[in-house]
Amino acid sequence: MACFLVGAAEAAAVTVAARALELREQSHEARLTGAPHSVSAEENPLPWSRRLKWLARLLWGGALLLCFEHLWHGEVVPWFPFLTAAENPADMAEMLHEMATVGVTMAVIVTFVWAMMVLAATHILRRSQRAPQR
Amino acid sequence: MTLLITVFGAVAATLAWYTRRDDTLHLGALCFLLWGAALMWLGDAIFGYLEEGAAYFTPSAAEMLNDSFLGLSVLALALVVWLVIVLVKDSRGRVRAALLKK
Repeated sequence: MACFLVGAAEAAAVTVAARALELREQSHEARLTGAPHSVSAEENPLPWSRRLKWLARLLWGGALLLCFEHLWHGEVVPWFPFLTAAENPADMAEMLHEMATVGVTMAVIVTFVWAMMVLAATHILRRSQRAPQR
Repeated sequence: MTLLITVFGAVAATLAWYTRRDDTLHLGALCFLLWGAALMWLGDAIFGYLEEGAAYFTPSAAEMLNDSFLGLSVLALALVVWLVIVLVKDSRGRVRAALLKK
């Protein structure tokens, strides 16, 4: 019904957080080195802002394609109130229930897979940093 | 079927991203689009299985056809979005060159 909205809301929050973190990292780098994107980019090739951008892209991508699916099934319409379930209270309650169950599960799955991806990326980077010393 | 088609698309895009030497085609964007949707549909499939049980895996021919059509349409939309990203980022400078050509 509108389960993709949970993912879209998380995507919006993560995008804002990633941008704020990126600005903070840039100002931190500038304070340390006098010029942004220099020494610390080599020291930390995978800053948290970049990791969060991966999550935001996964969530935005999923939300966009699921929005299309809902449009296909007639659950999303291009006119107000945009969600057909929002037209009467019974459907609205069902929609909110679906968002709280299916929508939250979708967001949790995407976030869990992203966390695994970040762990794997960190491991690969550590391995490649250790490799030249052997 | 929608989930399956999206997963096949995501795997193909990821393999293409892994094997290419440069990133001028921004295949990462296509990977994120398709994997994001595939993971979300996985959540949907889990709830579908919990509700319907084994019947979830035996859809009618009409349902399969509609889902396949939807899956292919989703793939087409993802490819169009990706193409727009490639053209807007214009890493090879082809769009810029075409615009500046007299």
